[in-house]
Amino acid sequence: MKKFEEIKSVAAYIDRKNIDTDAIIPKQYLKSVTREGFGETLFDDWRYLEPGNLGDNHSLRKKNPDFFLYNPKYSGAKILIAGDNFGCGSSREHAVWALMDFGFNAVISTSFADIFYNNCFKNGLLPIVLNSENFEKITSSVSRENNIFTVNLNDQLISCVDFEVQFEIDKRRKEVLAEGIDDISETLKLSNKIKEYENKKFVKTPWIFNG
Amino acid sequence: MKKTLYDKLWDEHHIHSYDNGYSLIYIDKHLIHEVTSPQAFEGLRQAERDIWSKKSIMAVPDHNVPTTLREGGIKDPISKIQVDALNKNCKNNDLLKFDLEDIRQGIVHVVGPEQGIILPGMTVVCGDSHTSTHGALAALAFGIGTSEVEHVLATQCLLQKKSLNMNINIIGEMSEHFYSKDLALLIISKIGTAGGTGCAIEYTGSAIRNLSMEARMTLCNMTIEAGATTGLVAVDEKTISYVDKKPYSPKEEDFLEAKKYWKELVSDEGAIYNKTIDVDISKSGPMITWGTSPEMAVNIDGKLPDLEDEMYVSKKQDLLNAFSYMGLKEKQNVNSIELDKIFIGSCTNSRIEDLRVVADIVKNKKIANNIKSAIIVPGSGLVKEKAEKEGLDKVFLKSGFEWRSPGCSMCLGMNDDKLNEYERCASTSNRNFEGRQGRLGRTHLVSPATAAAAAIHGHFVDVRDI
Ligand code: SF4
Repeated sequence: MKKFEEIKSVAAYIDRKNIDTDAIIPKQYLKSVTREGFGETLFDDWRYLEPGNLGDNHSLRKKNPDFFLYNPKYSGAKILIAGDNFGCGSSREHAVWALMDFGFNAVISTSFADIFYNNCFKNGLLPIVLNSENFEKITSSVSRENNIFTVNLNDQLISCVDFEVQFEIDKRRKEVLAEGIDDISETLKLSNKIKEYENKKFVKTPWIFNG
Repeated sequence: MKKTLYDKLWDEHHIHSYDNGYSLIYIDKHLIHEVTSPQAFEGLRQAERDIWSKKSIMAVPDHNVPTTLREGGIKDPISKIQVDALNKNCKNNDLLKFDLEDIRQGIVHVVGPEQGIILPGMTVVCGDSHTSTHGALAALAFGIGTSEVEHVLATQCLLQKKSLNMNINIIGEMSEHFYSKDLALLIISKIGTAGGTGCAIEYTGSAIRNLSMEARMTLCNMTIEAGATTGLVAVDEKTISYVDKKPYSPKEEDFLEAKKYWKELVSDEGAIYNKTIDVDISKSGPMITWGTSPEMAVNIDGKLPDLEDEMYVSKKQDLLNAFSYMGLKEKQNVNSIELDKIFIGSCTNSRIEDLRVVADIVKNKKIANNIKSAIIVPGSGLVKEKAEKEGLDKVFLKSGFEWRSPGCSMCLGMNDDKLNEYERCASTSNRNFEGRQGRLGRTHLVSPATAAAAAIHGHFVDVRDI
């Protein structure tokens, strides 16, 4: 995984709570067997006025001019801001792949659903949880023309021209992003311990190995 | 120290603590389906890693499979690629898989327990959020993303932070036609779709003890809609007799040994939960969702929210969005909502008991003229076979239902079973999100009984009144 680098960009804001992963990437695109190319169909149902399918030429589909990401002031945004409980619903990691493929590197909300939150760290997407006071500070400044935000993971800081806010993130997750750590290699360092545990289990609860 | 059931399951599978608050947890069972696994197998191949424990895996295609005309295989070429990829990955690695032609094929969360592959005390994962279903057997079961699927394939472990212990204690008893689906919707409407975030929920109370194993599965299944990845019910005699004599459960001496172990899988008297919520069901009737989130649920004899009501002030915009998407108005009577389609199925409600309830209600009745289609999709080939032996299929067909082959079907509409734009459906599935059952389709989540009654009347009715 690539190391997380400082982000400097405008932030796109969608004022909506409980955005579920079905909305982030609808099911018809989950038929793909690769991790790439989901950006074009991010928020598909909101973004296009006609139905689409995997393999379509999406540039030919009729766009919804009111879709928030088509607002020119959000053009090139690498930061997404959305309401409470972002990423609820299905476990599909495709939601994270779609956000990243579109160009987002960080998502800011007041809360995230557990599985989505986990999936972010496996792919280098930074989910930032803010308390409602800081969240409001950010959202109320977002609509100003050309408001560039900087997200610095090392200092755990979001800043713009006139203020900055601190965010919390646990030490291990910060490290995973900052260093681009591969969890599998880390775990395999403990192979012997896993085998030892398994051997005990063979004796204690042999019926576990019933496949 | 007194432990909760969750504490016990956690401790039993704990391998290593890192100094950053994370633990390495051993995974006993890994369920796999075609949608969230291909990229994980691909990752494994690219890194030239092997599968740690092939015996821990059970695979079954379910999300993408057709529920009609199966004989010629899968017609949709894109779906076919995905199911073929699953077949190839399983074949190359010699993994247990139930093919489309196998009578044991079905929805992954129906098949696992049915086969005795899922047993009490196991840790169970699947690249699917409704893995919480298996908590009904006192297994620590939760959904994971594709990268974690790969992690489990390669290491048989996961890095986890321990969740908080949450107890949902049910007060009162289940009344007639108040099913575990209604109970789940009631709980979600009270605590919200993020109410259980960061928690493992254990359901307690005598009403839970009185639920059948299948009803407990429905409840644990819906736990994810309350934000908790894990839902649990402690072991009792019902749990043990459920797993007895299943194809993959231990036999004879081994079973007796296992039974001793399983009986310990209850929370200790006086164990401490981080949160406890009492839910009184003594006055509750059938529930229905009216909006685009499972928490937007009301009693069947109730009305849609009144925007003037103070409790909705902070949610006004969400309610307006939901009204507009669903084509409904505030304060509208639920009973007046007319339907186009009926879907009975999904890992929430497609087991034999669900089908029996439906048959009871629709027997010798015809579905209403305004219903364009009403489909019943059993959870597995074995459920289908059992239903046919009991003659339920004849009851359904006579009433005007379609009787399909097993799969996820219209729960998420990855196959041909979908809602068309603006069609309104009474569905026994678990998610009413925008577009879930088809672009611009409108979903109302209900119990099988309420769906059956709605099919007969063409609109929602209180099944207690018929
Ligand atoms: S039936 Fe629906 S919720 Fe259950 S596994 Fe299939 S798609 Fe997911």
